[in-house]
Formats: sequence, structure tokens, C-alpha cells
Amino acid sequence: MPSAALLGQSLLSGIFVGALYGLLGLGLSLSWGMLRQINLAHFALAFLGAYLTYQLGLAGLDPFLSLLLIAPAFFLVGIALHWIFDRFKVSPFNSLLLTFGLTVVVESVIQGIWTADFRRLDSPYTALKFHIGNLYFPFAGLLTLLMAVALSVAVWALLRYTDLGKAMRAAAEDAPIAAAFGIDTVALGRMLSGLCAAFAGVAGVAIALTYTLAPSQIYSWIGVVFAAVMIGGLGKPLGPLLAGIAIGISEALTMAVTAPAWAPLVSFSLLIVVLLTRTRRV
Amino acid sequence: MRGVPAPVWIVLATAAFGALALFHLPAFYESFIYLCFFWVVLATSWNILSGYSGYFSFGHAAFFGAGAYTTATLANDFDLPFLWTLPAAAAVAALLGVGIGAVVFRMPRLRGELFALLTLAVTFVLATIVSNTRLDGGPGVYLSGVAIPRIAASPSTTFYLMGLIGAAATLWIAQAVHASKLGLGLFAIHDDEDVAEVMGVPTFGYKIAAFALSCGLAGMAGGVQAVFISYLTTGETFSIILPLNVVLMSVLGGTRHWLGPAAGAVVVTILLYAFTAGGHPVAGRAIVGLVLIAVILLMPSGLLGRFAPRAGGRARRRAVARAAIEPIPAEVEGAPLLAVHGLAKSFSGLKALDGVELEVRRGEILGLVGPNGSGKSTLVNVVSGHYARDAGRILCEGRDIGGLGAHRIAHAGIARTYQIPRPFAHLTVLQNVALPARFGRLAMDRHRAESEAMHWLAFTGLDSKADALPQDLNLHQRKFLELARALASRPRLLLLDEVLSGLSPTEIDHAIETVRNIRDAGATIVFIEHVMRAVMELTDRIVVLDQGKVIAEGKPDEVMRREHVVTAYLGRPHA
Repeated sequence: MPSAALLGQSLLSGIFVGALYGLLGLGLSLSWGMLRQINLAHFALAFLGAYLTYQLGLAGLDPFLSLLLIAPAFFLVGIALHWIFDRFKVSPFNSLLLTFGLTVVVESVIQGIWTADFRRLDSPYTALKFHIGNLYFPFAGLLTLLMAVALSVAVWALLRYTDLGKAMRAAAEDAPIAAAFGIDTVALGRMLSGLCAAFAGVAGVAIALTYTLAPSQIYSWIGVVFAAVMIGGLGKPLGPLLAGIAIGISEALTMAVTAPAWAPLVSFSLLIVVLLTRTRRV
Repeated sequence: MRGVPAPVWIVLATAAFGALALFHLPAFYESFIYLCFFWVVLATSWNILSGYSGYFSFGHAAFFGAGAYTTATLANDFDLPFLWTLPAAAAVAALLGVGIGAVVFRMPRLRGELFALLTLAVTFVLATIVSNTRLDGGPGVYLSGVAIPRIAASPSTTFYLMGLIGAAATLWIAQAVHASKLGLGLFAIHDDEDVAEVMGVPTFGYKIAAFALSCGLAGMAGGVQAVFISYLTTGETFSIILPLNVVLMSVLGGTRHWLGPAAGAVVVTILLYAFTAGGHPVAGRAIVGLVLIAVILLMPSGLLGRFAPRAGGRARRRAVARAAIEPIPAEVEGAPLLAVHGLAKSFSGLKALDGVELEVRRGEILGLVGPNGSGKSTLVNVVSGHYARDAGRILCEGRDIGGLGAHRIAHAGIARTYQIPRPFAHLTVLQNVALPARFGRLAMDRHRAESEAMHWLAFTGLDSKADALPQDLNLHQRKFLELARALASRPRLLLLDEVLSGLSPTEIDHAIETVRNIRDAGATIVFIEHVMRAVMELTDRIVVLDQGKVIAEGKPDEVMRREHVVTAYLGRPHA
């Protein structure tokens, strides 16, 4: 059995990686649950954001400033994406295939520009960490957690308390009826799609701060983030974060107790169990 | 050209490619064509379940990998000859598919995207298990020591021939399924699984059968490919790229045509190779991605979509003779045709049926009336097996059919119509009507089912629309299509759920005449209707439901005068 300090540290790293799952899952869950678009390209966008952060970092730009550039730019990408979905009336299942095609294209573009070699953002924050007792808290992890919590709570409050949010929920529930009551569902859809893409950009900055980048890693996140989204409940803003942290912790503990290679078993078994037992909710 | 049956084409093409092996092509060409064959097998096998029935699997890598590691383990650790490992590879993959199918296909209302994610998750679970056990252990498995059978002079020719045989066998299976009863059932599942089940298609068994075939073929391809590349890693074997490529190839070629996935596979393999050979593999992948996007947006039915042959076999219209109506023998004595005792069904607390008691006697038209929400449609849904009952018994000629699957209730001779018509959107009107004849109580062969269908189309005045798709019919015609479908199975008991709603007065007159003709032909009918004129004219007896309970029963004109029946319909007077 590993020591208490090791377990505590795994717990912490589980929370931090889980926060990233939640951050990535937030946009995915919203677009699936409220726009009926299963957006695989969300992962590609996030990695594009990470590579842009890396590139801007090479140019000497602080990652926080990059964030201010990337998020609005990705917002526009999201709007463009929704325009295509709307124009061609893409069904939920075809959205999965279409965004897979898009993922492959983005991956190829990334590989074409930055090659398949590993890249690592060099910034003052990447190595920064704080010590409390035996435990250390990496700055990037804390920042990811903070952003994930802030965005999830903000979206939750937006949907719950504002007229805009209520209109979005009405449009998600039944678009034709919402339109009959004077809600511009297309404009709302574009806005939501833009928000989701912007969240992918935010997640990208978080990835760049924490991880070494390679184009093929786009695919390695799909399964576990989908698990967080399904467990958390589609279209529920707080769901992916809570489920993501639960998965992150269980993975980290599995790695500490057994071999690291067994970790994927936890998230995917969880996903299977959730899919089999809670089909009504998702 | 169109008169030549598909198997002949497959045999001719196989012979031509087989003859090519005699010319001793450079090993490079043989290996490239082998790769094309390999992707043809994978894409075509995927399509047998996913294209035909609409359950898109993202787990094809799991079954491919199961086959690959079976061959690797048997050949390396047990010294089994390579060819002997292939049936085992196919069997392991098929069993894995059956095991997964037995769990997931039991889930009610499993949506397509959930099935896709489930199968994807299974892939990663399997990959983790393989890489952490002795099957792989992490660093990968070498198969360079496996002896390659001397089928031909060189190993590359051997693989070429094995790929050719695999592709030919897979295509033959795919077209045979397409033309068979299994294929027709799978296409019906694709369009509307609930209705398919109610018409007598054993949906669970069919999905399992298609999944087993699909997985077994993928497993066999995995076994061959394992030795061809001679080095396996879990990362490469169980990658998400494989299912995505397979989906891309099938969607590109067209999933409703048995040859579609093969066409897509060849196009994509050549495209990828052309860019790789030109030194631009990354650009090649980007092009493939763009092609997928363009196909989904602009050509959703794929390259071969418009040439897709009709599911379940070629129609022989000219040979279709109109059979006379065989009257169903009226048996006067014995148990009632249908008896319902204490039937209950609740939807999260709401009691839709609350201890319903009723009997349907042979040869009668029983009217089932009641205000909206009284439980009439729920009763039809429970009796036809669409919903499971909570309590009570449903006896058909004394036999309890309450616990049976909907398709077995259909086999017992109970047919129904849907209040809102639910035709199979991609099947022609004739196929829509022939389907219940093939899958229903009498399980007719294709030829008889089609003449039966033509008979009922003529009976309902739809014979001129036999080759149209349901989308070309108006509401009146769709209602009659529902009726023709229910009749084509030659039911002993016909449940008509508001066949008249939404029709104009003249159309109603026509419909009343038709229902009367059906009864005169010997069928027993439960007639649910709000149009009181029709109820009064047609029914021998009525049962009134209110809030899930039977509140009255008897002669129509007498029952409808009773005070509590009037109250149930119109409310209590406030005077």
C-alpha cells in the first residue's frame, strides 16, 4: 500500500486532471445536450488552441494574453461551425461523422505546421508550484481548476437565472415552439456554439500549460472526456466538472495502487456502466 | 447488365483477380492490392450490422484486435499453424460481439450515438486488458516467426490470395444478407425498430446475428493482418483510427448498398496511398477528412446510394398474381379470441391502465371508446407487446401472451395499426406491406408475401402506388397503408387505432366500407375510434374506458345513452 503522502498527492493530481476533463467536457456537453451536435472537433479545437498558445509563447506572449486572443477568435469559429450545421440540417449522428472529418483535417493542419514531434510551452508558469506540507500544488493545475469552476458556475448561473439562459433552455427543449414564442433560436444556437468553441480555446491554454503536445494526442482524450460528459448528464453545466473530477481521482488512485497502465480501465468501465444504466438521462 | 445476379459478378471478379496472381506481379503491387482487400473486408463487414440496421459501431477495432491477438497468441504460444488460427480468430471476435450484443441490445431505446460510444469504450477496455496481461504485456508482439503457408510461390502472393478469398467471401455474405429475409428485417430495424418488432421481426435475434457476422469477419481480417504486418502493438491495433476509417469508407461508398463500403474502401486506400507515395501523407489525411465532410453535407447516401438494390430481394412484379381472400375459418366455440384480466400499466405513477377486464369474441367488431387519455392506445400498446404490462393477464385463445416479445405476439396472429402512420421510410409501399406477410403468423416466402401484399394494396386502393416510397403518399393513403400492412399478415385479431382520425367525411365513408369488408372476410376487429358515426355503424359491441378502467360494456346505442358514460365524455352538468 502506498504512503499517505503519495495517496494525497495522487488525490490532488486526480483533481487537477479531472478539472481539465471537466473544462473540455463543458463545451462538449452543452453542444450535445442543447444543440444536439456531437462535436468531436471540440478536441481538435482544444489542441489547436494549445498549439496556438505554444506558438504565441515562442513569440514571447504571456499565456494569459494568448487566452484573450484565442477565446474570441474561437468564438467566431464556433459561429461558423453552427452556420454549417444549420445550413445543411445536419442530424445528430451525422454531426459526429462530420466533426470527425473536421478533426482529421485539423490534426493534419497541426501536423503540417508543427510536425509530429513533441512540443512543450516554455513559460514562467509551467514549472511554478507551491508547497504545503508534503504536498505540492502546481500553478497550472490550480489555474485549470479555477477556470473550470468559474466557467461551469458561470454557465450554470446564466442558464438558470437570466432571460437569455431561459431562452436557450427553451430553444434546446423544443426549437419550433420556442421560435413560435418569439425566440430567435438560430441566433441563440450560434451564440451557444461560439461559447462552446471559446471554451475549447480556454481548455487548449490549460493543456498547453500542463502537457507536452503531439498531434495524435487529440484522440487520446476523447474516451475519458465523453465518459465525464455522459456521467455528468448532457447539457448540465456542472455535470462534466463533477464527473470529471470523480474520474480523475479514481484514475489517479488506480495508478497509485496498481500500475499506471490500468488507469484507462476505470474511466471506460465507468462509461460503459453509465451508458448501460442511465440511458434515460443521457 | 442489371439482369446478372450479384453472386455471378463476385465469382467473375474473383476469378479475374485470381488469374492476376499467375502473372507474378511485383511484390509491391500484390501487397498494395492485399491492403485494398483488407479494407474491403473491414468496411463491408462493418456495414452488415451498422449500415443495414443503422446501429453505427465505433468498436470495429475491438473485434479486429480480438482476432489479431487470438492469432498471435495461438501461433506464438501454442504453435498452431497460421491457417488454423483464423477460424479461432473469427470465433473469438464473433463471441465477443455476441456477448456485447446480448447486453446492449437488451437495453430499451438504445440510441445510435450511445451504441457508438459503448462500442468505442469496449475497444479501450479491451486494449487496456490486452496490454496489461500476457496477451501483449506492453511492448508488443512479434509474429515474424510464424510460418506463412505455401499457398503460392511468394509470401506476397499468398497474402494477395488470402485477401482475395476474404474479400470475395465477405462481399458474398454481404450481398446474400442484403437479399435475404435477415436483410429486409435489418433495413426495417433501421427505419423503425418498434414497428418492425410489432410486425413480427425478431429484432433482438437479428441484431445479434448481424453483429456476430460482422465481428467474425473483422476478427478473421485481424488474424491475417497480424501476420502480414508481423508486429502488433495495442496502441496501433485498438486505435480509434480504424473504426473511423471504416465508417468513412462505408459512408463514402453508401451504406445501403452491399457494394458501397467496398467502393469506399478502394477509393480511400488509393487516395491515402497516392499521397503517401507522393511524400505528402499528412495532406492525404486532410483530403480524406475533407472528402468525409463533403460527402456528409452534399451526398448523404454515398457514391452508390442511388444504385442501391431493394432490400430483401428483387421484386418479381409481373409474376404477382392476386390471390383470392381466403376467409379465416370462423370457430364459434371455445375460449374467446382475446381475454384481458386485471391488466395494469403505469407511467411513473400515472395509472394508464388500472385493472382492465375485457373479452374479444371471434368474428365481432368490438368498439373501444373513451375520452382522450382514458387508456385506449395504451391498451393496444400493451396487448401488441410494445409496452410490458405491470400486472394482469392477456390470454389469446387461452394462452397467456402477456410476457412474450412483440414479434411473438405478431406470430400469434395479432396485428395493429398506428394512430399516426409509421411506415418504413426507405422501403417501397409494396415492401412495407410484404414485410408483415413474410414475418407474420404465416411466414410466407418472398414470392407469396408479395402477391399477398399486392392483394391488400388493391383492396385498399393503393395498387398503383406499389413502387412509391411512403413519403409520396398523402395522409389518407398512409392510413390505408397502415391498414394494408396490418391485413397482410392475415391476423386473427386486428387492433385498429383511430384509422379514421384526420380523414374527410367522404374518406371516412370509404374507410367504413373497407373495415366492413375486412370483417366479412372473417377477421376479428378491435376498433378504437372517436368518430361516433363509425362506431355506431360498425361495431357489434362496445367497451367504454375511462381513466384506465372499463366503465361500461354492451350494445353500442344502449351503452352510449348511459348516464355515467355521458358524464365521462362530457363532464358532469353544473345545473
